[in-house]
Amino acid sequence: MNRLQVELPGLSLKNPIIPASGCFGFGQEYAQLYDLSKLGAIMIKATTLETRSGNPTPRVAETAAGMLNAIGLQNPGLEHVLAHELPWLEKYDVPIIANVAGTETADYVAVAEAISKAPNVHALELNISCPNVKCGGIQFGTDPKSASDLTAAVKAVSDVPVYVKLSPNVTNISEIAKAVEAGGADGITMINTLIGMRLHPKTGKPIIANGTGGLSGPAVKPVAIRMVHEVSRNVNIPIIGMGGVATAEDVIDFLSVGASAVAVGTANFVDPFVCPNIIEALPQKLDELGYDKLTDVIGRSHR
Amino acid sequence: MIHQERMQVVRQQQIAEDIFELTLTGQLVLDMKQPGQFVHIRVTDTFEPLLRRPISIASINHELLQFTMIYRAEGRGMTILSAKRPGEEVDVLGPLGHGFPVEEIEPGQTALLVGGGIGVPPLYQLSKELHAKGVRTIHVLGFQSENNVFYEKEFSELDDTYIVTADGSQGTKGFVTDLLRDKAPEFDVFYSCGPTPMLGALEQTYPDKKGFLSFEERMGCGIGACYACVCNTTDATEKEYLKICSDGPVFPRGVVKL
Repeated sequence: MNRLQVELPGLSLKNPIIPASGCFGFGQEYAQLYDLSKLGAIMIKATTLETRSGNPTPRVAETAAGMLNAIGLQNPGLEHVLAHELPWLEKYDVPIIANVAGTETADYVAVAEAISKAPNVHALELNISCPNVKCGGIQFGTDPKSASDLTAAVKAVSDVPVYVKLSPNVTNISEIAKAVEAGGADGITMINTLIGMRLHPKTGKPIIANGTGGLSGPAVKPVAIRMVHEVSRNVNIPIIGMGGVATAEDVIDFLSVGASAVAVGTANFVDPFVCPNIIEALPQKLDELGYDKLTDVIGRSHR
Repeated sequence: MIHQERMQVVRQQQIAEDIFELTLTGQLVLDMKQPGQFVHIRVTDTFEPLLRRPISIASINHELLQFTMIYRAEGRGMTILSAKRPGEEVDVLGPLGHGFPVEEIEPGQTALLVGGGIGVPPLYQLSKELHAKGVRTIHVLGFQSENNVFYEKEFSELDDTYIVTADGSQGTKGFVTDLLRDKAPEFDVFYSCGPTPMLGALEQTYPDKKGFLSFEERMGCGIGACYACVCNTTDATEKEYLKICSDGPVFPRGVVKL
C-alpha cells in the first residue's frame, strides 16, 4: 500500500505534493536538480492564448517571512506550450495540472479547450485570482456570478476536470467557492497570493514596478489555513491547499483543515529540493501522529 | 551541473567600508567552470529572511576546493552572512548562470575590464583566467569614495589598473567613462560588470567593439523558473526576453535593451 496515495477528480496522486503554478515554470529548471516523477503532480505556469511579456522589473520584493511578486503572467502562449513545454514533460510519470488564464471568457475557453486535450494534462486549474494583471484574472475571482459563469463556460469545453483557483482578496471566500461549485467545478485550489505593497525606505515609493504585488511564503500560511478550514465546510468538492507550505508539518496542517493535497510555491525558491524533501518526510510524520495513511489526516480538524 | 551544498567558511574579513570577502570550501567548487557565474546563498535555516541572495564569484581555487565572494553587507541578509565565522556552514546553490566568455579573445590581444562598485569582484577571476591564456588586461574600477575601494592591489599585480571615484577621494574623479575618454586605451574586447547606466554608457562609448556585459536584477529562484529577473531584448536576438539568472547574467553587448 502507498500510504501517501490520494485520488482526486482526474488525478491519481502518488503523493499529495504539487509544485504551485508560477513557482516552477514548466518544470525544466527543477528537472536539472531531481527526477520530476517523484512529484504528485505539477501545476505548470499560467498559460494564456497569446504570448505575454509580463510586467516591468523589479517584479519581486522580499518581506518578513515572505515575498511580493508581480510577474504579470509572463508565458510563451498556448501554441508554444502545446508544441514544446507539455511534450517535454511527457517523459516524466507525473500528471500535469494546466493553469489557464485569460482576460475575457473567450480566451479562457479557447485555452481550456485546447490544453485539456494534451495527453499529460489531467486537470485544469482555472486562474481567476491573479492579482497582477489589469484585465481578467482577479476580476472573475472576486464576483460570485462571474466566477460561476466562467467556470461553467470552461467546464463545457474541457476534456478533463476543472479546479478553480480562488483569491483570498475577497470579503467572503465561501461565497465564491460555492459559486464555482454551482458552476460545475470539480475542485478548488486555494489560496492565490494576498495583494500587498513594500516601500523603498529611501524614496517612500513601492519597490515593485507594478506598485502592488502578491504576497506569498510562510507569512501567509495562517490566512490560507483559516480559509481552507472555512471553505471545506461549505463545499462538497475537494480542495488543493496552498499558501506558505514549506515543511511536512505545514502539509499536515492543510490536510487537517480539509485539503486533499497541497501545493508548494515560494518555498521552491528558498530550497529547490523542498518538494522531494517533504515527500520523504511525510511517512514519518504519519507515524508520529499515529495514522496509517495520509487520507486519514484529511479534515481531522472538523471531526 | 547545479548543486546545493552546505559549504564551510574558511575565511571572512572586511576589506573596505561595508565590503566583506568570504571564502568557502566544498565540492561545489569543482563545477565552477567560467568567471562571471554566481551562487545563490541562503544565510539562515529559518524563514527570516526568506529568500536566497545572489552573489558573484570573485575567485576560484579548484585545488583547494575554495571560492571567494566579495559582497556589500547592507540589508538583513548580507549582515547575517557577514557574521559567519570560520568553521560555520553556509547553504549554497550553484554555480549558476552563464559567465564571461574567455574564448572570445585571442592570446596576445588586450581586454578592457570595467567594473563599478560591487560589480568589480567577478572581473578578478576573469582577469586571472585571461592572463593564464596570455591576454593583456586593462582594469578600470569605479567606486563611490576611497573608503569603498577594494582589490586595487590584487588587480594591479595582474596588470594596469585605474581607480575612479565619484567624489575624487582616490584616483580619478568622476565616472569610469570619464577616465576612458581621457586615456583612450587601445584594446580588442571589453568585459564589464556594474550598474546598468554604466553598462549603457560603455556600449555608447565603444559602438564598434566586441564586448560582454554582466547584468543584475532582483531575483527569486535564481535558476530561471520564476521569471522575476527578465530583461527586454533588442533586435539582435530572436528571443523576446532573457532571464538574467539563467540566460545571463553575462550577455554580449547589444542584446539587452538598455
